[in-house]
Amino acid sequence: MSFNDLIIPLVLCGILIYGIYRGVDVFDVFLDGAKEGLGTAVNILPSLVALMTCVGMFKASGALDLLVRLFNPIAKYLLLPGEVVPLAILRPISGSGAMVIFNDILATYGPDSFIGRVASVMEGSSETTFYTIAVYYGAVKVSKTRHTLPASLTADLVGFVMSAVMVRLIFGT
Amino acid sequence: MMKWIFSGLIVASLVFGVGLGRMDAVSNAAITECGGAVKLAITLAGSMALWSGMMRIAQKAGITERLSRLFAPVVRVLFRGLPPESPAAQAMCLNISANLLGLGNAATPLGIAAMRQLDLLNRHSPEASNYMCMFVVLNTASLQVIPTTTALLRANAGSAAPMEIMPATWVASGASILSGILVAKLLEGRRGNTRQRRGRR
Repeated sequence: MSFNDLIIPLVLCGILIYGIYRGVDVFDVFLDGAKEGLGTAVNILPSLVALMTCVGMFKASGALDLLVRLFNPIAKYLLLPGEVVPLAILRPISGSGAMVIFNDILATYGPDSFIGRVASVMEGSSETTFYTIAVYYGAVKVSKTRHTLPASLTADLVGFVMSAVMVRLIFGT
Repeated sequence: MMKWIFSGLIVASLVFGVGLGRMDAVSNAAITECGGAVKLAITLAGSMALWSGMMRIAQKAGITERLSRLFAPVVRVLFRGLPPESPAAQAMCLNISANLLGLGNAATPLGIAAMRQLDLLNRHSPEASNYMCMFVVLNTASLQVIPTTTALLRANAGSAAPMEIMPATWVASGASILSGILVAKLLEGRRGNTRQRRGRR
């Protein structure tokens, strides 16, 4: 038994016990929230269909391998395996696109391989930067975002490089 | 943006598929991959429902509010000059806590409420204030403590320990957030947060 196996049951227990202690009708509230979660899954389905189709075709054509080979030298310089570069490019632009590529990396290289782990940390430690910027500034009609994009993209890049560094440190290559 | 990625990838697969003689595989992918998308969505649906349900309980029990009090000092440092009890600061604290809990659906409306307040302070200028930039940079970085979707996809792909990436994820997102804050602070210059009346005759 490790800390990793404990965390999810612990979080679930903690939330339920605290909820009951605070007088929340935990089951009814859970159902409400779960319904919203299902809605989210349904909402992303159309973009998953579009993106899985185009990414799948792109991969089958051999173009993805060429792209990876093309980016390999740059990726090496950033300490990243070339195989995760498509994920790094798509991650800030499209959440479902990144999810499709991520899922594909897991299927191709295995989730417990070096590449699979680096991709997992990248996916788990970043957000859809462009989407967030568009939604937040769009809501207040701000068109000059000044240093938002450079700062956000630097953060993304540092996160990606650190993902590979941390996986090397914790799991080795 | 997405329309170019979508059509670009499909056109590229035709070109490369013909060039590399892999048209059969490309055609196959076009027929079968869309079914894979439905499978993926079904896999995600269960976990998304479970965590939204649990986090809704957390929210109703007041965990978000409790957490948000913890962030008042952070907000004071990052948004110097903004009173911690102002509606903008409070909405930002709530947004940060919702993000930490992975409550995407709750975090976005709270974040937009915070942006509206910052927009008032900025006198509805079309140009972002330093506060806005900092706040949006925080939101473009991942604050989520438990990467549930990532762990689920790992488990689904047959990982022996889907959660083992968590410590690495924390360090990577921590470094990412810090560098974002640093660059934002460096680039924000001397301009104030309530917009100065530059260019006024």
